Amino acid sequence: MAPVEITRELEKILPTVRKPGRYTGGELNQIVKDWEHCDVRVALAFPDIYDLGMSNLGVMILYDIVNKQDRMLAERVFSPWPDMEAALRAHELPLYTLETMRPLHDFDVVGLSLAYESLYTNAINLLDLGGIPLIAAERQDGDPLIIAGGHAALNPEPMAAFIDAFVLGEGEEVIIEIAECVRNWKEQGAPRDALLESLAGIWGVYVPSLYEAHYAADGTFSQLAALSEKARLPVLKRIVAKLPAPISNFIVPYIETAHNRIPIEITRGCTRGCRFCQAGMVTRPVRERSVEEIVSAIEAAMQKTGLDEVGLLSLSSSDHDEIVPLVKTVSERFRDKNIRISLPSLRIESVSVDLMDELHGNSSRSGFTLAPEAATERMREIINKPMPTGQLLETAREIYSRGWHTIKLYFMIGHPEETLEDVRAIAELCKSVLSIGREVLGGRARVHAGVGTFIPKPHTPFQWVSCDTREQIQAKQALLRKELNGKGLKLNLSSPEETRFEAWLARGDRRMSAVILEAWKRGAKFDAWREYFNYDLWIEAFQHVGLDPAFYTHRERPIDEPLPWDHIDVAVKKEYLTGDYLWSKRGQTRIDCRERCYACGILPKYAELRRRHPGETWECPEVRSPARQKSDLIPLVPA
Amino acid sequence: MTNPERYRYRIQFEKRDEIRFIGHLDLQRTWERTLRRASLPLCHSQGFNPRPKINLGRALPLGQTSECELIEIWLEQEIEPDELLQRLKAAAPPGLMVVSANQVPLSEASLQSRISSASYLVTLDGELDRDHLQSSVERLLQSETLPRVRRKKEYDLRPLIESISIASSSPEAAKLLMQLAAREGASGRPEEVLLEIGLEPAHARTHRIKLFFEDDL
Repeated sequence: MAPVEITRELEKILPTVRKPGRYTGGELNQIVKDWEHCDVRVALAFPDIYDLGMSNLGVMILYDIVNKQDRMLAERVFSPWPDMEAALRAHELPLYTLETMRPLHDFDVVGLSLAYESLYTNAINLLDLGGIPLIAAERQDGDPLIIAGGHAALNPEPMAAFIDAFVLGEGEEVIIEIAECVRNWKEQGAPRDALLESLAGIWGVYVPSLYEAHYAADGTFSQLAALSEKARLPVLKRIVAKLPAPISNFIVPYIETAHNRIPIEITRGCTRGCRFCQAGMVTRPVRERSVEEIVSAIEAAMQKTGLDEVGLLSLSSSDHDEIVPLVKTVSERFRDKNIRISLPSLRIESVSVDLMDELHGNSSRSGFTLAPEAATERMREIINKPMPTGQLLETAREIYSRGWHTIKLYFMIGHPEETLEDVRAIAELCKSVLSIGREVLGGRARVHAGVGTFIPKPHTPFQWVSCDTREQIQAKQALLRKELNGKGLKLNLSSPEETRFEAWLARGDRRMSAVILEAWKRGAKFDAWREYFNYDLWIEAFQHVGLDPAFYTHRERPIDEPLPWDHIDVAVKKEYLTGDYLWSKRGQTRIDCRERCYACGILPKYAELRRRHPGETWECPEVRSPARQKSDLIPLVPA
Repeated sequence: MTNPERYRYRIQFEKRDEIRFIGHLDLQRTWERTLRRASLPLCHSQGFNPRPKINLGRALPLGQTSECELIEIWLEQEIEPDELLQRLKAAAPPGLMVVSANQVPLSEASLQSRISSASYLVTLDGELDRDHLQSSVERLLQSETLPRVRRKKEYDLRPLIESISIASSSPEAAKLLMQLAAREGASGRPEEVLLEIGLEPAHARTHRIKLFFEDDL
């Protein structure tokens, strides 16, 4: 269908749907390139609604990079809300991109962002709406190449049936290599298989159809066998040696979105080594941006967008080497401009309160967020986020006395080896914080506790552990509801069903594709949305396919059991994760690895890359093995 | 701290096709961003969450376009209206076309209290019986009352209709010209008129042509 026909039909549809501004495009800073002049056309898809997708920095970065290339274009597409989906299907309209109203199937490449597992059904629904065959093996030469990236793609197996090629790791450079590969393939007029084989040769690209999964008699995964000479084992994740300059020409949505702010990534990666945290393990090494680079990016972005909110993004803001000068510079430069600046993920210490004080000036102090994750020192040692409880209480006192009325505390239940006493301690700790607040502020003090449930994720030291059962979670939540109530206290809990669902998919194997497909056929979509998530439907899908959901979640996996994602090399060695898991069982902690290298594997894996980019680019400490001390080689970790 | 001197400007703009699905609040935010991009010395409200002092005229329903929208802004420094116009034009997003900028006295009554009615050009899509349309319009104008229910509230549409006429009767795109009251709390909506005639508003394109002020009458 041609764009003009789609536009004409939209005239009738748009007045009938909620928030039609989601589906019109045309925003400031949108990039529209000449379709005919480009020979590689990429549709970048975030498989949730516009409101969320437009707040995704990754999509915006790739959009910027592809559109800067000669003869390449990138356009955006998001999931339509169910009312719009119904209207599209009723009018037999394909899902289209916002820039030029082109149907998805007209593109050479569709890039799906799989930021989290609950996007899977939306991702395949989006392909279906775009007129693209869902199963990779059923796609023909004329169909777009379907690629996917994002953190959830680091266990690609559950989505293996639907995706032609996964991008593992950072996309800034590899997206262009993929696009060039597609261009060459188009010029040669070669069959689709040839494209897949050449993609497999690109660092960071995993083509699942070039492998076959095998399972043992007991149903556990046994190994992944290569079916082609081009199929590498393992497949190493892609990184950029140095963070490119931050982008500043953000598209400015006309409608309200999840975050109406300028996102500036100040650090990528994290050296803290919290054992539950997948991001902290898979985004290594740590790379920082300089104060100067950050400030000039904010200035440029403000000029180009007119937004009045800036988010300084990182996994652990406090760890940026220059955090104090950064905050000082930013607040001096922008204080008079009525700009709000957010700095998430601060450590629980009084310096953080100074930083927030500096940033907020006289503006509103709604809530101060701290994430102790667990309420007992024992539990925090197990998860490697050690901190004395006294330090938390002192920090809380500081926060209340500087004018914040509400402290938001984030915890998780369901950590390995957690007892009901550890859960009860969450309630106790919140009450202790509140009573400090009362001392300082009287009745105005508030504590909001957000209590999530731990989900073991691939590539973490907890990738082997069993997840709490629904009954265990319910019992722990009931305890919290009983203990944690009263004036000034608020409790937010996650749904045990949603937790289980995410846990199945997170550590699933290739057989899970059939479950996802079946669930989608039965109507699953928008699983991340409470009003759409349907637990029973997923259970039915598991039954239909003949798989046991508990097999994926409620089973402590033996250390020597092959894992379905073992072939994905995130550059942190499996031995390191195994060792760290055993450390956790002994309650042993590791300090920030900026201070001391624990040989996670990043340095030897990317030794060559680091050699080509000398200097202070990475935050890994200098480590010299005795044998190499005299050589000019870059420092390596002892074997 | 805040400069007590203030300068007030009235800006006329077109809300074109590209942004006709942007609601009133979103348009307000779009304006705030446009003004910031233009680096204007905006006055801000006091308090914890200072907002720029702007006043967007009568809300335009979602889906409609207009060539006569008004917004007023307050600045801390005086600026030549022509320079203001150029800066706004350069900063405006697609679909928001700035037409004019004028300085107005600080003491003048608010836009809201001065706007009394608005005229609309409604383009009807699809085949229409001209005679039927003519008689429907006449029936409307001859009625004493037109009781309708909107959002579960009963009201009378008739006193809100100041005039209606058929501006074009071409069979593929008939056009209605209507002038409806646009006072605070007493605003006639073109789509309500269409429904009263028995036409589907989703198949019509409504374009606001002019805002009338109380003192114009």
